[in-house]
Amino acid sequence: MALLQIAEPGLSAAPHQHRLAVGIDLGTTNSLVASVISGSASVLTDAQGRALLPSVVRFGARDERPVVGTEALSAQSSDPLNTVSSIKRLMGRGLGDVDHVQDMPYAFVDKPGTIGIRTAAGLKTPVEVSAEILRTLRLRAEAALGGELAGAVITVPAYFDDAQRQATKDAARLAGLHVFRLLNEPTAAAIAYGLDNAAQGVFAIYDLGGGTFDISLLRLSNGLFEVLATGGDSSLGGDDFDQRVFRWIVESAGLAALAPNDARQLLMQARSAKEALSCAPSTDVTATLAQDRAIHLTLTREIFEGLTADLVKRTLIPTRKALRDAGLGPTGLTGIVLVGGSTRLHNVRQAVTDFFGLEPLTNLDPDQVVAMGAAMQASVLAGNRNGDDWLLLDVCPLSLGLETMGGLVEKVIPRNSTLPLARAQEFTTFKDGQTAMSVHVVQGERELVTDCRSLARFELRGIPPMVAGAARIRVTFEIDADGLLSVWAREQSTGVEATVEVRPSYGLDDEEIARMLHDAFDRADIDLQQRRLRESQVEARRLLDATEAALAQDGEALLTPPERTAINELLYAVADILESGDQSSFGELQAATDTLNEATRDFAARRMNASVQRALAGRRLDEIGTPTLLSAA
Amino acid sequence: MGVTLTEKAAKRMQDLLAKRGGIGMRLAVKTSGCSGMAYALEFADVAHESDLKFESHGVTLLIDPRSLPYLNGTELDYVREGLNEGFKFNNPNVKNQCGCGESFAV
Repeated sequence: MALLQIAEPGLSAAPHQHRLAVGIDLGTTNSLVASVISGSASVLTDAQGRALLPSVVRFGARDERPVVGTEALSAQSSDPLNTVSSIKRLMGRGLGDVDHVQDMPYAFVDKPGTIGIRTAAGLKTPVEVSAEILRTLRLRAEAALGGELAGAVITVPAYFDDAQRQATKDAARLAGLHVFRLLNEPTAAAIAYGLDNAAQGVFAIYDLGGGTFDISLLRLSNGLFEVLATGGDSSLGGDDFDQRVFRWIVESAGLAALAPNDARQLLMQARSAKEALSCAPSTDVTATLAQDRAIHLTLTREIFEGLTADLVKRTLIPTRKALRDAGLGPTGLTGIVLVGGSTRLHNVRQAVTDFFGLEPLTNLDPDQVVAMGAAMQASVLAGNRNGDDWLLLDVCPLSLGLETMGGLVEKVIPRNSTLPLARAQEFTTFKDGQTAMSVHVVQGERELVTDCRSLARFELRGIPPMVAGAARIRVTFEIDADGLLSVWAREQSTGVEATVEVRPSYGLDDEEIARMLHDAFDRADIDLQQRRLRESQVEARRLLDATEAALAQDGEALLTPPERTAINELLYAVADILESGDQSSFGELQAATDTLNEATRDFAARRMNASVQRALAGRRLDEIGTPTLLSAA
Repeated sequence: MGVTLTEKAAKRMQDLLAKRGGIGMRLAVKTSGCSGMAYALEFADVAHESDLKFESHGVTLLIDPRSLPYLNGTELDYVREGLNEGFKFNNPNVKNQCGCGESFAV
């Protein structure tokens, strides 16, 4: 505990302010919001004490606020067109991307890059629908915490791509939430269990929710979670278990056609019977249907497990596949985390335990564990914890690299690398006796520097004069937790060093990042062609320089005049094609370079022999320059 | 029951009061900080009419009646922890406090 000092009257220092931050589990079926209160994460409930908010939005007239949650859910059967559920499946998707879109009861409109749903309140995009859910959670949190939120951490499935993540962020912005960070759902679950405090290990997160099953394998090292593999079944969940019990009731009681009300009542009975079996070996199912038909049945665990054995088995198929993708066997994992209400089921737990040969972690509420982990992360990001226990799980959005000869980009840090990190790569000089080197730091996914964003430029001077390719210049990229990039260049033999600092995300908003990614994807083909041309041009120029230098040094001594003329002619041929420099010259250039290389092979061998005697550090021509070359300053 | 001082705390306060002047010390609880409430410890130059007064080892402690329920039974100590010296509240009402101990909940 802190020690207090005595203050002048009225001047007591306020303690550090608590910034309100929440974690949100934006689920397909249900959503939750949690916050860290007095040091522990807890889920915030609405005025009726309910923690789960069904992810269902019902749109009324244009000027009315939509209804979200349980009330909307109960209107689903009476007003299916205006009551939108499972919107998460449509986030960041076009109509063509979504499976089973014809099974959804909505009036879809194909909009470029997204989907429109025609409702009574007008055309709604998935982003707008999700924003309604997020707004409801924001209001709940503000009421519970008594103040405006500094920000939120929102969880997304590990397999969400950039478009889906971007759509989730857009929805949050629309809902008036500042997003500290999007967090992978399995990572959030692992954080809630404090697994990030462990030294290292591989964890499986088994998430069986209401309508979806997800399995994720995470590797923890140095406090960072890396997603090794994901898998799942998007149409397998607790609802399927309810259906099995429902059908069993109908068959056992010999019921024929059911009135809709009776069916709904029996489905509710089926669900509560299933839930009861999580803590008791058997349970009674009693119901009174229309025309006073009474039903009284006893459901035991044995019967239930027989009814649902194949469903449980189905979860193990993607699990096995994910393990295979990650190159792992089922045993030897450090821990298993259960997420989702359906993992309360006795036979699911048993199957997981048997499969992994390890008792899963279950002491937190599996419905709440993702939201709790997100809340813990949010609290840290809001600055409510001390500096020494930062959790760092950010990634850099675009690749970072250097300009090399020919205006090409050599990527040093690939995009989506987790922060903080440092990567080093070795470069060398391009010309004999080169003493300075310009280091140009660029950002982007494209192959040519002109298509990427220039971040910084600096020079490394004082390289001792050496033969081209002999200097070893180590360039280190380091990004710290705040996304600040530092680049060092260091010549290894002398230790001369130069450095620069930049903020790589500065001035780039999310749309620009998305556009840059898009461009890279669209133009990958053209880029590759250009890269090949540029590379062959660089190679040709290097060969010209090296051959000329060799001729000047040893031409007289080691070659006959006709040999010299032949090599000179080939040199001019390469130089000519290089001059023209257009795209179509790629094949010609390569052929001419190859011929020159071939013709000088013998000369190079003779030089090698001579150099052994002279003990000179000459190198065979076709051996020079395997490392990437930086441009001369 | 009120609030008491340890001998060390009283000695320190007397020294400080002798240097600066003032009629005593004011203890209060404010609603702020990450766990809901925070202590305030100030020199007192004037006593308000509603203040509750406690005497401990010759030092006058002034507490406003709204803060008292949160402070009742507290013993104030003066301690040295590593390089730090300062006053420490041993408050039996506290159920929860934030990691740094600057604020607490009852």
